[in-house]
Amino acid sequence: MLKIKDLVVTVEGKTILNGLNLEVKPGEVHAIMGPNGSGKSTLANVISGKDGYEVVSGSITYQGKDIMEMDVEERAREGIFMGFQYPVEIPGVSMNNFMRTAIDEIRKYKNQEPFTAAQFLKFMKDKKELVGLHDSLAGRSVNEGFSGGEKKKNEIFQMAMLEPKLSILDETDSGLDIDALKIVANGVNTLKSDDNATVVITHYQRLLDYIIPDYVHVLYDGKIVKSGDKTLAYELEEKGYEWLKD
Amino acid sequence: MEANDKKQNQDKVLNEVANSDYKYGFVTNVDSDTIPKGLNEDVIRLISQKKNEPQWLLDYRLDAYHKFMNMPQPDWAHLEIPPIDLQNIVYYSAPKTKPDKESLDEVDPELLDTFNKLGIPLEEQKALSGVAVDAVFDSVSVKTTFQDTLEEKGIIFCSFSEAVQNHPELVRQHLGSVVPPDDNYFAALNSAVFSDGSFCYIPKGVKSPVELSTYFRINAANTGQFERTLIVAEDDSYVSYLEGCTAPQRDENQLHAAIVEIVANKGAEVKYSTVQNWYPGNKEGKGGIYNFVTKRGLAKGANSKISWTQVETGSSITWKYPSCILMGDNSIGEFYSVAVTNNYQQADTGSKMIHIGKNTKSTIISKGISAGYSQNSYRGLVKMTGKAENGRNFSQCDSLLLGDKCGAHTWPYINTFNESSIVEHEATTSKISDDQLFYCQQRGLDEEQSINLIVNGYAKEVLNKLPMEFAVEAQKLLSISLEGSVG
Repeated sequence: MLKIKDLVVTVEGKTILNGLNLEVKPGEVHAIMGPNGSGKSTLANVISGKDGYEVVSGSITYQGKDIMEMDVEERAREGIFMGFQYPVEIPGVSMNNFMRTAIDEIRKYKNQEPFTAAQFLKFMKDKKELVGLHDSLAGRSVNEGFSGGEKKKNEIFQMAMLEPKLSILDETDSGLDIDALKIVANGVNTLKSDDNATVVITHYQRLLDYIIPDYVHVLYDGKIVKSGDKTLAYELEEKGYEWLKD
Repeated sequence: MEANDKKQNQDKVLNEVANSDYKYGFVTNVDSDTIPKGLNEDVIRLISQKKNEPQWLLDYRLDAYHKFMNMPQPDWAHLEIPPIDLQNIVYYSAPKTKPDKESLDEVDPELLDTFNKLGIPLEEQKALSGVAVDAVFDSVSVKTTFQDTLEEKGIIFCSFSEAVQNHPELVRQHLGSVVPPDDNYFAALNSAVFSDGSFCYIPKGVKSPVELSTYFRINAANTGQFERTLIVAEDDSYVSYLEGCTAPQRDENQLHAAIVEIVANKGAEVKYSTVQNWYPGNKEGKGGIYNFVTKRGLAKGANSKISWTQVETGSSITWKYPSCILMGDNSIGEFYSVAVTNNYQQADTGSKMIHIGKNTKSTIISKGISAGYSQNSYRGLVKMTGKAENGRNFSQCDSLLLGDKCGAHTWPYINTFNESSIVEHEATTSKISDDQLFYCQQRGLDEEQSINLIVNGYAKEVLNKLPMEFAVEAQKLLSISLEGSVG
């Protein structure tokens, strides 16, 4: 589904990712761990197509296509979803309206009939229940006045709504109390299927108590220095990242 | 995307703005009765004569004209106004039609077609929407719908000219009572040469069952439009009034200097909504309407309320400050505004709230949106006189910038002569952030849609104040006005 080969990325001339390789297949959950500044968020941003990152060499293919040729929205419509570490507020735009607009676009892109108002409301209601989101949040403006936990839950709700093939959750666990963490983890687990894949970016092992990854990768100085199964996460928790340095 | 690509993309999109058409730019071919260009006493006499006006009205016009001749054009606004040659303007142009129009069948089909193109199908309006429409084409009112229904309630809603003929005493009593002829330069000009407009009278205790609507259209070349609207709401009455405007696309500038006067007596409420979409000029700033308008409401009686809502997207230059004089105790004034400028448009707009009565309250919510090379200013005055005990004002002026070549300015003036009054002012200036755009695009919206969504959200507080059908139109208009202007 996602293949990253020898990826080198610079930001304002500074090399952030330096020969990164990663392959994600449908049905898999990958965890990417690493200390601050190791390039985790850069990886998420480059995959989703944010401005300001220069791909110097290497390639990213998604479903066999070179995504460097695709706009941000095209990647999104093709099924790439990013859960933001710091979701922005959009005053005056209700979550309902926001999701309606997004889903209309994605359905149009896929040559599907638009939802009727009734279909949409039903769809949204089901997804809200699935991820345990309160009604009141959906009626409010996008992320405006949401607590940190609410914002993250809202990211998972959007993930449920947009039904992506590849979800990249950038530090979705940061700033969450244990209850919110469970809700987020539960959402991810519920949405998991044989057709989609999730990449969880985190620097705590804590989230991985609730989301069991098939693979754990350690990102250090812009490349993946070690990969393993979930036991690697426990090892990191115990020893920190220092022992991987050499 | 690299910085260079982004720049190129922005340029590309900015080019697209240039090519986005002003939808209402067509010209209607009707025979017109047009008087020669120029401004002088004879022209004023001619206008008055064509309209078969009583002597007092001609005197009113001539008095205004003499005052006007001694007034300089104001230059305090943050506007670059090219010299206006008043002698090169036609002050009266009317489509040739039969004098008395008993039904729509007698209105020139070309004209009806025009209003249909503008989305104002008078016949349908009449039958379906429950909105009474007065359509002003160049200098004269073409047809007022729904009159019978209104008459049952005792509501008078007709063209200004008809009001002069049929209700001279009402017109004479109120004309100029809120905006005197020498109020300002453009008001004086209007008072001298105004050609038509709408008149509305709501009797005591009557709540208008329909929204009243006026539609202004400038068609003829080199013609100025100087319409006048007078709304009188007697005790405990209510009316919601809508105003829309468009003009053909022409290379030369055209002058529009209108006056709206509102009188609200005891317990009366008048809600006045405008969607202003005069031709804004092309991408280089060529052509477009100069929109120099005086709008003022007098909340004369106790517990009266006047509410202005405006969505300003058109005109090459806008100079406009819908205001309220809060004379009655406990009277309320409101001003809700969204002003959009793009390309080389300039707007200097805002409100004045003059508190005179006790416990008077006013609210000003202004949302400016600037794009392209435009300049967008909020200018407002809140005045608490010595008598305005416990007067209360809240003002919020927000500016949103798209791109880095436009300007947003805020000039709030506060004069308080009263210790018990409270005046609050909040102002913000923001840009659409790259993070907001990225967030929307990551959810599958393209850049244009993202901007539309964010801008509409920003303006929502004001758009919500508009009557339903108007709000939908206003939302579309915002999207069209900002097409391609990338932040």
